[in-house]
Amino acid sequence: MDLQIALLLGQDGIVNGAVYALLALALVLVFAVTRVIFIPQGEYVAFGALTLAALQAGRAPGTLWLLAGLGIAVAVIDFAIMVRSGHRRRLPHVLFWNLLYPAFVAALVLFAEPQQWPLLLQVLLALGVVVPLGPMVYRLAYQPLAEASVLVLLIVSVAVHLTLVGLGLLFFGAEGSRTTPFSEASFEVMGMTVNGQSLWVLGASAVLIVVLYVFFERTLYGKALRATAINRNGARLMGISTTMAGKLSFLLAAAIGAFSGILIAPITTVYYDTGFLIGLKGFVGAIVGGLASYPVAAAGAVLVGLLESFSSFWASAFKEVIVFTLIIPVLVWRSLTTRHVEEEE
Amino acid sequence: MTEAPSVLEVSDLCVSYGKVEALHHVSLRVRAGEIVTVIGPNGAGKTTLLSAIMGVLPRTRGDVVFLGEAQGAIEVEHMVALGANLVPEKRELFGEMSVEDNLLLGAFMRHRMGHRDERETMDQVFETFPRLRERRDQQAGTLSGGERQMLAVGRALMAKPKLLMLDEPSLGLAPLIVREIFHIVEALKRTGVAILLVEQNARAALQIADYGYVLETGEVALEGPSDDLEDDPKVIESYLGLGGKH
Amino acid sequence: MLARGLQLAVLGLLVAGPAILAEFHITLLNYIGLYALVALGLVLLTGVGGLTSFGQAAFVGVGAYTTAWLTTATELPGWLAFFGASPWLTLFAGLAVTAAIALVLGLLTLRLSGHYLPLGTIAWGISLYFLFGNVEFLGGHTGITGIPALPLFGLELKDPRHYYYLIWAVLLAAVWLTQNLLDSREGRAIRALKGGTVMAEAMGVDTARSKIVIFLIAALFACVSGWLYAHLQRFVNPTPFGLHIGIEYLFMAVIGGAAHVWGALVGAGLITILKQWLQDLLPQLFGASGNFEVIVFGLLMIFVLHRARDGIWPLVARFLPADDGRRRVPEAEPIERRARGEGVLLEVVDAVKKFGGLVANDRMSLTVKAGEIMALIGPNGAGKSTMFNLISGVSPPTSGEVRFLGERIDGRASREIARRGMSRTFQHVRLLPTMTVLENVAIGAHVRGRRGVVAAALHLERDEEARLLAEAARQIERVGLAEHMFDQAGSLALGKQRIVEIARALASDPCLLLLDEPAAGLRYLEKQALAEMLRRLRAEGMGILLVEHDMDFVMGLADRVVVMEFGKKIAAGLPEEVQRDPAVIEAYLGGVD
Repeated sequence: MDLQIALLLGQDGIVNGAVYALLALALVLVFAVTRVIFIPQGEYVAFGALTLAALQAGRAPGTLWLLAGLGIAVAVIDFAIMVRSGHRRRLPHVLFWNLLYPAFVAALVLFAEPQQWPLLLQVLLALGVVVPLGPMVYRLAYQPLAEASVLVLLIVSVAVHLTLVGLGLLFFGAEGSRTTPFSEASFEVMGMTVNGQSLWVLGASAVLIVVLYVFFERTLYGKALRATAINRNGARLMGISTTMAGKLSFLLAAAIGAFSGILIAPITTVYYDTGFLIGLKGFVGAIVGGLASYPVAAAGAVLVGLLESFSSFWASAFKEVIVFTLIIPVLVWRSLTTRHVEEEE
Repeated sequence: MTEAPSVLEVSDLCVSYGKVEALHHVSLRVRAGEIVTVIGPNGAGKTTLLSAIMGVLPRTRGDVVFLGEAQGAIEVEHMVALGANLVPEKRELFGEMSVEDNLLLGAFMRHRMGHRDERETMDQVFETFPRLRERRDQQAGTLSGGERQMLAVGRALMAKPKLLMLDEPSLGLAPLIVREIFHIVEALKRTGVAILLVEQNARAALQIADYGYVLETGEVALEGPSDDLEDDPKVIESYLGLGGKH
Repeated sequence: MLARGLQLAVLGLLVAGPAILAEFHITLLNYIGLYALVALGLVLLTGVGGLTSFGQAAFVGVGAYTTAWLTTATELPGWLAFFGASPWLTLFAGLAVTAAIALVLGLLTLRLSGHYLPLGTIAWGISLYFLFGNVEFLGGHTGITGIPALPLFGLELKDPRHYYYLIWAVLLAAVWLTQNLLDSREGRAIRALKGGTVMAEAMGVDTARSKIVIFLIAALFACVSGWLYAHLQRFVNPTPFGLHIGIEYLFMAVIGGAAHVWGALVGAGLITILKQWLQDLLPQLFGASGNFEVIVFGLLMIFVLHRARDGIWPLVARFLPADDGRRRVPEAEPIERRARGEGVLLEVVDAVKKFGGLVANDRMSLTVKAGEIMALIGPNGAGKSTMFNLISGVSPPTSGEVRFLGERIDGRASREIARRGMSRTFQHVRLLPTMTVLENVAIGAHVRGRRGVVAAALHLERDEEARLLAEAARQIERVGLAEHMFDQAGSLALGKQRIVEIARALASDPCLLLLDEPAAGLRYLEKQALAEMLRRLRAEGMGILLVEHDMDFVMGLADRVVVMEFGKKIAAGLPEEVQRDPAVIEAYLGGVD
């Protein structure tokens, strides 16, 4: 192993690690606000990438039908509840976001020829299709269980993951796709080629860490969101609605996930099940961060990327085994340092 | 002398947990600038009463009228927005956040509704509880019992409530600190806030209250102006002495 | 328990199966049997024990690959060749390997608390899957082919109809073993895990051991399933042993009814049949090829978690005739009782307990003698429950000494203290609501039994069990709750539940009883009855340490009183003295002016 190879592996590891970091950040975010360990986070990555690819190829992405379907489901359920309880204040809001908005996006996709649009608008449209899925998934799968234990919420996450992977196969088939890169630029740094897309990935991760940290530590809304996970009862007594917090955090997570997918689609071929393994590696990073600290989670994710990169050089067949076996000591360490007296019931 | 307007009116309130009826046709009223206390033994239903008024628990029957508006199925967040605030028995502080953050979150609802004066309000709260100012950057979970209670009350005051409900504020506190807090509650009453005080420490509660209700096994056993209750022989025996029989 | 008649009918149908059904259905039933065996392990591990595992498919793989390799490898080292001689022997090799791996993984994973545990199972579930697929001698991604069929009395079990009998015989044997285990002293210890480790340990249960036991059993069941699978298919590759299948096994258990043995069969049956049907239907419906049944499984699972978290079996079982044999108390000889304690039973000297900066107990000292009732009183938050936890071993003191029967016990585990003769109740009742009062009280008798897991599974400990149940029944009668003996503990009023806790504490034959607010929630007459019973216990020589709020109750009952405030002792002595002590009056009634 000489310096050249080490640098190459290092670069590979860091760029991959940056992607894992994006997912780790989203996982910490969701857990910090809702206590949900969101296993399906990787599916947003796949959906984001494949939706953009479909738009660029002039096809209607299957995620559009998911958006419509979930929107109708949410609208029907919320409507029924509102009629029964008499609290009709939020009815227009519900109808707008769950029926009108998906219809509008559908119209754009089907009739406005997004294939011809400039890249930036295509990206925005792809995000517009995938990101609203976040709060809808929260509403349908998690909101009724808001008081349940972390364990039950975890099992729901596993179930949601299975469903979304299955739907991914249905919508996009077994073939992979790539999209056009943001920038074709390519630089020479220390004798290596670094392409522009990689810089986008690194830049996005760095910006996101800073933004998330500032939002959650310095703004009142961010603190309010954190408070709902620290003490749900206390938060309610302050007038902080846990439902609003849940939907907002799921919206942010979907945005981060979908955007990550769009970022990596030009550099890797994305398949319907690519998301899961990426998500799991991001998850290792999140666990290193104790599901609480953004910078530590991001650092952990980058470490995973580097570890994977170097072990693929030395023992390529076993790189997955190594990475996943290492989760266990991290879990043991974390489990010991965050001692709650949680009584199982 | 005209009576101050009624801030909270509860009539015929019933709350059940499954088959067990925890509250049985309870009625009470709190006016602006008045301290009303509900005393009674452990398990009488006092916490259930406050929870039902605030919307934390659903009620089976009865009416709750807050600031003249009848409330249907009560949502906690809605009550906070209208100006009700509850300091629960367990305090429910945000242990991992600083004293300052806890206080700022108390003003969250006001912030959402457009008021941006939380920093000034916090200064006022620090005036009332100087010890909290000293500890403003400390994590709430590391405060002593008395300081935690002060923080809980201070956090409630950040919302500038029209109705303040306190669930056993004297719980686990040294008599001196209880004295401090109860004096602050009295001062609050003079600013026109309606106060509903639930207490096990009957003597202290009756001393500052204007009106009192005695709750036993889910029902109002006795009610009246607090001076009358203080002199009532039954109250003296049950709550003001260590059971006179032995 | 299903009625005898119903059980025999089902058995009859099973036996007749191969004769009446088409080969397709037999194959389906074979797979249902294989999956149910794994799901059964999950019922024990997850449903009853509360430990969620997504990684069982990996153990199936271990069982399958062990036999696959041993029976097909052309050159086995000498000591292993023995096992390769017959496919039946590879079963034992497989069980040994599985047990070894499960022990290692179990010791690591079972330390993980709460939600970290299932995450750990996901980790090694994936790891082992990749291991199967990447190790050369296991055939990599293609796997191993040409596995021989099982020989039986000269015949080769190649026909699925014949294999059917083997699979279902094994499954039913496993069901029998599991039901026996759950219906025994060890079984109660396992069921106590869900009530919280604190309660179980206080009753003398070694919770770490119980967890390893169920983890091992679940792994071994999965291993057998893998072995059977390998000799049915006669080839193996990594695909059936991956995480997604591990997830499906858990879903089978949860959807079927994770806390019930029959839930495993119902769940396995339902998912397998559903999978078969959907694999035909959905591709046609969607006009595309692929495995879409996971979509339905995911949705089904979410629905079950929202609406029917106990699974399908409890809903169905309500309509089936049940066996009422459980409502009889067995006749048995009484168990030997320990010698009566004498003199000073408990001595606490300068005990300190700190939680971070908070001093919950500040140099507390007290003693309790045999044949006396000592009351510990004080305002809410004074540190009384912390004292209890300190004395009973739930959380060790920061400094100071605790002596019980002359021996130092501070720092010892609560189950060891329970075995020495101290028992307790809890401020917030910790019973198992779905178990009967008799079974709950029998948990208290755990320390008085000895027969282990194997004896329990084989139903060889019936007379010890009878004596334990008879003892529990005796205590229930002693506290006056005989009419509720077979009621579900969760259906009793809170006051009565506290009395059940007392009976449970008495079942361990203690000489010192710690009661945490036993009178809370009782009505006047019930309090009188409780006081009477405590006086009787005192007369028999029991030492009682009591925490209470009800002054009337305490003052008429206690021989001595200790008053706490802010973690310190502020007064001690006879009830009348303490009542008049000005510091005490101030603590309870401190006025505002």
